[in-house]
Amino acid sequence: MSTPKDILRAAEKLRWELGPHFQDDIAAKVSGAATALAGRYVRNPSDASGPSWQRRLDLILTGRWTGLPAMALLFAIVLWITIEGANVPSGLLAELLVDKIHPWLKTLALNIGLWPWLAGLLVDGVYLSTAWVVSVMLPPMAIFFPLFTLLEDLGYLPRVAFNLDRIFQKAGAHGKQALSMTMGLGCNAAGVIATRIIDSPRERLIAIITNNFSLCNGRWPTQILMATIFVGALAPPAVSGLVAAASVFFVALLGFACALGSSWLLSHTLLKGEASSFSLELPPYRPPDVLRTLYTSLIDRTLFVLWRAIVFAAPAGAAIWLIANISLGGHSIAWWMVTVLDPPGQIMGLTGVILVAYIVAIPANEIVIPTILMLTVLLSGNANVNSPGAGILFETEGHVLHTLLTGAGWTTLTAVCLMLFSLLHNPCSTTLYTIYKETGSWRWTGLSAALPLALGAIACSAVAAAWRLLAF
Amino acid sequence: MHTYPSPACETCPAAPANIRRLGLDTGRWDFVVALAGNPNVGKSTVFNLLTGLRQHTGNWPGKTVVRAEGAFDLDGKRYKIVDLPGTYSLLGTTPDEEVTREFLLFGRPNVTLVVADATCLERNFTLLLQILQITGRVVLCLNLMDEARSRGIDIDMRGLARELGIPVVATAARRGQGLDELLAAIGSVATSKTAALPHPPDIMPAELRDTVEKLAERIKRTYPRVDNPTWVALRLLEGDPRIVKALEQGEFENDNAAA
Repeated sequence: MSTPKDILRAAEKLRWELGPHFQDDIAAKVSGAATALAGRYVRNPSDASGPSWQRRLDLILTGRWTGLPAMALLFAIVLWITIEGANVPSGLLAELLVDKIHPWLKTLALNIGLWPWLAGLLVDGVYLSTAWVVSVMLPPMAIFFPLFTLLEDLGYLPRVAFNLDRIFQKAGAHGKQALSMTMGLGCNAAGVIATRIIDSPRERLIAIITNNFSLCNGRWPTQILMATIFVGALAPPAVSGLVAAASVFFVALLGFACALGSSWLLSHTLLKGEASSFSLELPPYRPPDVLRTLYTSLIDRTLFVLWRAIVFAAPAGAAIWLIANISLGGHSIAWWMVTVLDPPGQIMGLTGVILVAYIVAIPANEIVIPTILMLTVLLSGNANVNSPGAGILFETEGHVLHTLLTGAGWTTLTAVCLMLFSLLHNPCSTTLYTIYKETGSWRWTGLSAALPLALGAIACSAVAAAWRLLAF
Repeated sequence: MHTYPSPACETCPAAPANIRRLGLDTGRWDFVVALAGNPNVGKSTVFNLLTGLRQHTGNWPGKTVVRAEGAFDLDGKRYKIVDLPGTYSLLGTTPDEEVTREFLLFGRPNVTLVVADATCLERNFTLLLQILQITGRVVLCLNLMDEARSRGIDIDMRGLARELGIPVVATAARRGQGLDELLAAIGSVATSKTAALPHPPDIMPAELRDTVEKLAERIKRTYPRVDNPTWVALRLLEGDPRIVKALEQGEFENDNAAA
């Protein structure tokens, strides 16, 4: 019998007998045994390195000169399909939920004898904000997520990391950050968790702090709506979809640039160090099972995210209705908040309503647009959301949201700055909580919130100042 | 509901298994199954097939970052199944490798299901051989068999099973193929009274053997219940802090190491 101490001491002593490279020796022996085993029982045809189309595809998709352009093109196509495809169903949903069902519900609520304030709270508050969330979010997400999942199942994501590796290395970050950022395109909280694939703590922190620069699904609808009704509308109808897609693409690209820039900044200041090397296997392309992908991405991602949005939008709708209808000193609470926040908003090319919306929307970015719409409607006293012909949400010419927002003083500048601010502001509270759980530090969590917010304030103010100087 | 191809022989152990998928309900279990393998070989797909859960899958290495657990019910016994992160090896120090090593050694799985990519077995065997040093209660699942067949790869499964002394099953988990055979193999390893008798190829370089065995012998004499003393000795010689801690805190005195 020996005690644990004896055994440990024996191990210490015996370790000297093993020589410095014994780990390598074992690894080599294991891999030799594996090769021998495979040699005895596995017969490969002569061209077993995968079908030749895979190698040809990789020559293009991961090629030195073609990899990045192919990636940009793929991404742009996905955005374009999403924007073009979402137009019609979004319009139909808005017509049904906002134009048809909303007045019907309001009448019903009053007819069954609900108090007017309760009818207002439930129908104009809770129902309307939920209806807006569904009509604005469901169609783009039902297109974007399945397309994204198809690319993921095909095996394209590791190739994205491969293409971007050198760029990330130059920024002092880990090449696998490309993977966590791509996951962030779906949800930043998921992206933050995905940084666990990065082994080095320094590079992992960088990836966590900069993940917010990936536009999450809660922000895509804001981008797409602004791009469609303001930016795309500047172009002739034939190309407005393309122009809208291009502007969203540009914002996403800007997010990527911000992520790289902040990574570089962090790795040269707070988180100094060299980028570590890693090996990443490029899996074979596997033809995705299209129907199953559609099904699972609809159930797992689209409906899950939509449900989250609704869960946050319903109480937010009630809260907005209340602050817009409860008066303090002659004005509603919302009026006071908007009035106080309007001057800083104007400096950033935004409005007080937008800033209030971003405060209300801290729990979930998904409800920014509904909050803006609700506040605008309630504050302008323009309850005519249901005016005749006001149904088609996404038609570019003279449609109701465009009219509503320009009526509240919005210009193209407002839309551009909103797109910028939607990219560059603090992460939602879910993401912040995830960051705290992953880093265990309020300091890093705080930095993750402050960094994009500061960038956003600077970028928006600069754009607004330049815009006004050039007086578009 | 899925339908599975009916097996050639209705009386063989691969007859349609009586599986009930229990999803997340892992409350009480009779057996623990660990799911290990290289990254991106379809572990999560196998996991989903067994539990009826929809753990996120995707074609890239590293997507399972949290240990997923699920359960199924087979012939009246409840199985808890733990989806471990994918690793190429158990010898390194990455978190994925530590999690997997720790679970195999201290989590006492009754069965370790090693999922391998049938299209590149040589690379997958590296991990399998290391796992066989820790536990003999292993089922080897050759997944992506449809892809391997279409590439004309020929695998002698009987020969492999005979040499390694463990059940070897072919599956195409994405299509739900091979589930019955897989369940039969898991069930037989889980319920066998005597531990399987694997005979893994030797992975100890000759010049190290004496030293490692000297230490292993001491461990075995002190803790007779540890039945992978060579592996423990090896890790100890590496200075693995987890093993040192287990030793100091007397974890090996109980039944804690993998049975």
